[in-house]
Amino acid sequence: MKAKLEVFLKETVLDPQGKAIKEALEKLGFDKIVDLRVGKIFYVELDLEDREKAKEILEEAAEKLLCNKIIESYKIIL
Amino acid sequence: MKVAVIVFPGSNCDFDVYYALKEVSGIPAELVWHKEKSLKGFNGAVLPGGFSYGDYLRAGAIAKFSPVMEEVKKFALEGKPVLGICNGFQILTEAGILPGALLRNKNLKFLCQDVYLRVENKNPIFMKYLKEGDVIKLPIAHMDGNYFCDEETLKDLIEKGQIAFRYSSPDGEIKENSKFNPNGSLYSIAGVLNREGNVLGMMPHPERYVEKLLGSKDGLYIFKSLKKFFTG
Repeated sequence: MKAKLEVFLKETVLDPQGKAIKEALEKLGFDKIVDLRVGKIFYVELDLEDREKAKEILEEAAEKLLCNKIIESYKIIL
Repeated sequence: MKVAVIVFPGSNCDFDVYYALKEVSGIPAELVWHKEKSLKGFNGAVLPGGFSYGDYLRAGAIAKFSPVMEEVKKFALEGKPVLGICNGFQILTEAGILPGALLRNKNLKFLCQDVYLRVENKNPIFMKYLKEGDVIKLPIAHMDGNYFCDEETLKDLIEKGQIAFRYSSPDGEIKENSKFNPNGSLYSIAGVLNREGNVLGMMPHPERYVEKLLGSKDGLYIFKSLKKFFTG
């Protein structure tokens, strides 16, 4: 099955990249975009169909490597 | 005494550290490939700067799983000196050996310049020849040096005296939102120690300023202190 794992900076962590992109958009006239933050998406393919098991594996992968919980949070999308 | 300079794929300050230790400071040193499972015969380790694994995912995130890191963790727990410089500091935080994390520089630029550091600690292993309030000049060269930790951790670092260096003006003044804290680090933190004081992580490069010819000898304070620790 295919799954997505989103990793993004915590709200309390400054995202200068997001800020720079938002400012660039502003200059292009996108005045309705008031906030923008940059995150990562991992597109994952798993060799199993069990959703619970998939969630478990992705959680472990996030905790061990894909997400640094001091600065980031993550969301699993199955 | 012998110090291991750990070489990761993408390390690029390994030979500078080796030179600073062995040739300039007189500390026997050996380059050790990251796949080594044992650091037997070594009394300390330095994780040099560079771009281990191309900084993929996050700086230091993949290097923390290198086989040699189990031994580095053991050194940290046994009280043996471990020094992480730049990418080495990033690896030590990723591995959870030091608290906090290094974020992208606040101005999104790769910073390659001299900085002034105010000494915040009188750590006997790395800072024997420095005292609180001293100001030294060292170079930085990084993209992700913006130190971050949560409020509770910061409070703890301050209380337990784990902050080694803070970015400052030449006369030791701390101005967090100024050019004297170029990467935007929280509390202007440039280097931290573990609670026991045997692990130091710092973004500036002491190994690049060990001879007058290089511009300054301020980096020697750290290596000479390390030597004194080993030789007594």
